[in-house]
Amino acid sequence: MIPSKRINEGIVRILSTILLSIGMLIVVTPLVWMLVSALKPRDAVNTFPPQWIPTDQVKVAINGKEYFLYDIAVNGEQRQLALLEKDGAIGIFVNPQNPEESYNLSVASGKRVTQIKLHWENFVLAVTKVPFGRYILNTLLVVVFGTIGTVASCTLVAYGFARFRSKAMPILFLLLLSTIMLPPQVTLIPTFIVFKKIGWYDTLLPLIIPAFFANAWDVFLLRQFFMTLPTELDDAARIDGCGPFGILWHIIIPQSYPVIATVTIFTVIYAWNDFYAPLIYLQNQEHWTLALGLQSFNAVYTNLGNLLMAASTLMVIPPILMFFFAQKLFIQGVVISGIKG
Amino acid sequence: MKLFPKSISMRKRESLWGYLFISPWIIGFLLFTIGPMIASLVFSFADYDIISPPTNFGLSNYIKLFTNDPDFWHSLGITATYALLAIPLNLVFGFALAYLLNQKVPGLAFWRTIFYIPSVLAGVAVAILWGLIFNPKYGILNWFLGLFGIHGPGWLSSPDWAVPALILMSLWSVGGGMIIYLAGLQSIPTTFYEAAQLDGANSWQQFFRITIPLMSPVILYNLIIGIIGTFQYFTEVYVLTSGLTGGPGGPAKSTLFYNVYLYSNAFRYMNMGYASALAWVLFVIVLLLTLLVFRSSAAWVYYEGELQNK
Repeated sequence: MIPSKRINEGIVRILSTILLSIGMLIVVTPLVWMLVSALKPRDAVNTFPPQWIPTDQVKVAINGKEYFLYDIAVNGEQRQLALLEKDGAIGIFVNPQNPEESYNLSVASGKRVTQIKLHWENFVLAVTKVPFGRYILNTLLVVVFGTIGTVASCTLVAYGFARFRSKAMPILFLLLLSTIMLPPQVTLIPTFIVFKKIGWYDTLLPLIIPAFFANAWDVFLLRQFFMTLPTELDDAARIDGCGPFGILWHIIIPQSYPVIATVTIFTVIYAWNDFYAPLIYLQNQEHWTLALGLQSFNAVYTNLGNLLMAASTLMVIPPILMFFFAQKLFIQGVVISGIKG
Repeated sequence: MKLFPKSISMRKRESLWGYLFISPWIIGFLLFTIGPMIASLVFSFADYDIISPPTNFGLSNYIKLFTNDPDFWHSLGITATYALLAIPLNLVFGFALAYLLNQKVPGLAFWRTIFYIPSVLAGVAVAILWGLIFNPKYGILNWFLGLFGIHGPGWLSSPDWAVPALILMSLWSVGGGMIIYLAGLQSIPTTFYEAAQLDGANSWQQFFRITIPLMSPVILYNLIIGIIGTFQYFTEVYVLTSGLTGGPGGPAKSTLFYNVYLYSNAFRYMNMGYASALAWVLFVIVLLLTLLVFRSSAAWVYYEGELQNK
């Protein structure tokens, strides 16, 4: 019984690993494709079959003009010659070192010389095509202030819900949770109109100010965590003369760094990726965020797939880095809100 | 402590402090939730283009919506189709991945990291990337299908294949759900399985009698979040189709999701009244669906502690 069970478990483990590897290929391939495309010359983005390694077709300069170099057989000898002119199926090939030496050969019998080349300059070209610095600045403003607002307000509110009793508290908490079910579109239009009337349209304020009024998700996450903290320390601090703010600052927050960090990270990534609010509220290019700038780049430079992918790569690098450095916090956050919810 | 006078009782003082701390949310709730909700309900009964005050109060928006707007029904149908396919598929794949990861495979942290990455990348960049992948002629998806002799469809450029393409794309970020399911699976006590094995239960029986019932609350949560999410679906469609003639939602209105239709009404045609009516209908639909799921959940969701109560 025991050995066969062990063998069975081994088989299950191997099978699982194989299936997971297939899954990994599916997940990773698009990202690899993004980076590969970002490093290609412009004419290699849309090719069939797809080019998995960025490759250039080699050109040589003859009398100030550039010509493709071919691998081609001349009288049984393999040579590298430049194609000067084409007349139907026949081309005039010359020796790049000695342009006088020319041959009339069938173009189809040769092959263009290629070489692997990573076009890192695409990243520079992509960010200089648009006011990239401006986009970054705007995005950082939204991310930094939006996150400060969210974390500060949600911590206060969660503390209120976790530690203070009153008759209305449970009802208010239910009300808070019920706003999760409320589709944002229901409040969108009047909010938009009010922001427009008070002159906030085409400024970053509509993307930042609402964050200072707490949101149900993060309050819930923080409150659940605060509830698990023992109240004995609160009591001790109170006896020592600590007020409610003092308890929050000296007792609760120092014990809650992980969950506060989780909320911070989720807010940063959300603000970084957000597209809908910037699309609605921002008009002038100088006020755009990265997400909006990237979409407009996509709309304008459809034929520059390599630069588009370079810009997209730049856009996804910060969230990936954040995720790698703060994985534990991410997973905790997802799990707390998903399981205990 | 001196914020409130000494004459107030302890209990009263505690609740006043509580209200003080939650006041940011209360103010926000009044300013950004209740106030706008009432306003949008009022707008939904009027014609309103922002420039001139609302006029023509009455039921006309709702009457038009239900009796004379094929696009409304069409967008509802597309959203429902997507929800009915994408949500179960995401559930099955997310669950399957979590289940595989829970088989004591080596390198759990590595796999978890890889599968979760797409979930932190939602948005414009991802949509652009998939636009390239779905390219009918040069995209790597059709190239891959071609290796097996399959002539791939036009994906986003084909009215029949645009929604399936978006569903496929959504499966890329299946790792978000996976993490939740994995945590759920890991929280099931192994003693349950050991007891079942002693009783002679095979793997299938263990899966359907222990794993699924104990995971049902998590599945319920993901189901509700999935329904709400589908009605918010916007960015990907906008990025991939706003360049087409006729604005976002193409080709041939095949990706006219509810939220895309609402956006077009509000911000392209400035029909704020009509868009508000759409928003309220959406609210009612989401509410009804959530209630329905909750109601039905009594039959299929198992909460720990239930047994003891019986």
